[in-house]
Amino acid sequence: MTPAEIREEVLDILSDIAPDEDLSNLDDNVRFREQLELDSMDFLDIVMELRKRYRVQIPEDDYINLASMNTTVTYLEPLMKDIQREKV
Amino acid sequence: MPADLDDHQRIVITGIGLTAPNGNSLPEFREALLTGRSGVQKYDIRYVGETLAGICNFDELKYQKKKEVRRGTRAGSISIYCAQEAVADSGLDWVNIDRERVGVYIGVTEHGNVETENEIYEIKGYDYDTSVWSHHHNPRTVANNPAGEITLNMGITGPHYTLGAACAAGNAGMIQGAQMLRLGECDVALAGGVSESIHTFGIFAGFASQGALAKHDVPAKASRPFDMDRNGIVVAEGGCIYVLERYDDAKKRGAKIYGELVGYAMNSDASDFVLPNPSQQARCMEMALNKAQLNASDIDLVSTHATATDSGDIQECTALRKVFHNGSQPDVNNTKSFIGHAMGAAGALELAGNLPAFADNVCHATINVDRLDPECALPGLALNEPRVRQSIRYILNNSFGMLGINSVVIIGKV
Repeated sequence: MTPAEIREEVLDILSDIAPDEDLSNLDDNVRFREQLELDSMDFLDIVMELRKRYRVQIPEDDYINLASMNTTVTYLEPLMKDIQREKV
Repeated sequence: MPADLDDHQRIVITGIGLTAPNGNSLPEFREALLTGRSGVQKYDIRYVGETLAGICNFDELKYQKKKEVRRGTRAGSISIYCAQEAVADSGLDWVNIDRERVGVYIGVTEHGNVETENEIYEIKGYDYDTSVWSHHHNPRTVANNPAGEITLNMGITGPHYTLGAACAAGNAGMIQGAQMLRLGECDVALAGGVSESIHTFGIFAGFASQGALAKHDVPAKASRPFDMDRNGIVVAEGGCIYVLERYDDAKKRGAKIYGELVGYAMNSDASDFVLPNPSQQARCMEMALNKAQLNASDIDLVSTHATATDSGDIQECTALRKVFHNGSQPDVNNTKSFIGHAMGAAGALELAGNLPAFADNVCHATINVDRLDPECALPGLALNEPRVRQSIRYILNNSFGMLGINSVVIIGKV
């Protein structure tokens, strides 16, 4: 998966777990929590969805990397570069 | 009304919020009951396949965000809808009320089966890898979930819990609310019962294995209490939550009053896991009458529990004959014939649909009785058509459940 595809995938997950939010103006440089109503259970949802969809395992110590879209994509890139994106 | 109770100990109903398979408000529900409109539909659920159920169609998003619906449970959404509607109906000054003095007491038949079945179904797709078991499972399945979701949604900081009381739960929630008001533990009680049970295949499969799941080619005719051709229960979802207040508080704020909880009782059969015990059911009704300081002849309307099983219907009629004799002839009806068995919500919903009788003196019908079982031929049974009475002052509402749990409430006109 390319960084752009990873971003699309994370965006798709966010649209599921934050269905009331408008994600069209998401700023990739700003922390999710500063733009969206997300709590710790929502971040666990991101981790869970990546595990379910792509078997990507994210250790608890690495959750800090899921702060913004940019940090998330940067963190996931080496973990998902050899994975094909599922058709959505 | 018990003569020795002062106004601070008298408990009245000042708001009603409900969702039933044939109505999402009391006026809609009452209209359906008076016009014979069923809420039973064809229904498909995993593993069991096509069956029948009473399904609610209230707007979950009226009071919740999509995210709250996703995170919570169906029972939570039903509870929130009913509680919000009840508070709106009550006319309470909700913005300024001290929400630490609001208690939430919700009866449930069961809770957690739906969510657990869903998770097991989900991990089956991952070869039962428990690492994909949802972190939402525990908050969804804790037994207080339906009541707790109300407090989260409405900012209530007073006590909340559910009462597990099988199908006697709707009355049990109401009784608990009244007791807490009398003890001074709260000033407003949101009390009643809810059920999400149609979303667990296990309840359908369990009743089917027991030979107690209704079948019929025409869904609206499937729930047939007291009829010779009854063949079991139609499972339904739904909820009904009352705003209960002490009479002096309600009077002081000029609240509309639907009725007064003048008597109640709960007891146990101590005889069988599933078979009812008419002696103990009768005893429960007598205990409620005693608490209300009423005679059986004072009761004008009996809302029965009968679920359309042979033994259950006949046993309840036996109990009713034991209590109502020597000139007592209340009108008698059954709401499950319209909506099926709403489990934890049943007692509260069935009472609500009858409360307008204080104003219009009409006992709604029991539908689907084409061939009355002679053993269920109670003299006052409203068969297929509503019955009009000169006046309706007291309603007795039965609600019974598995493991031999019985609950009765008596509501008086104020």
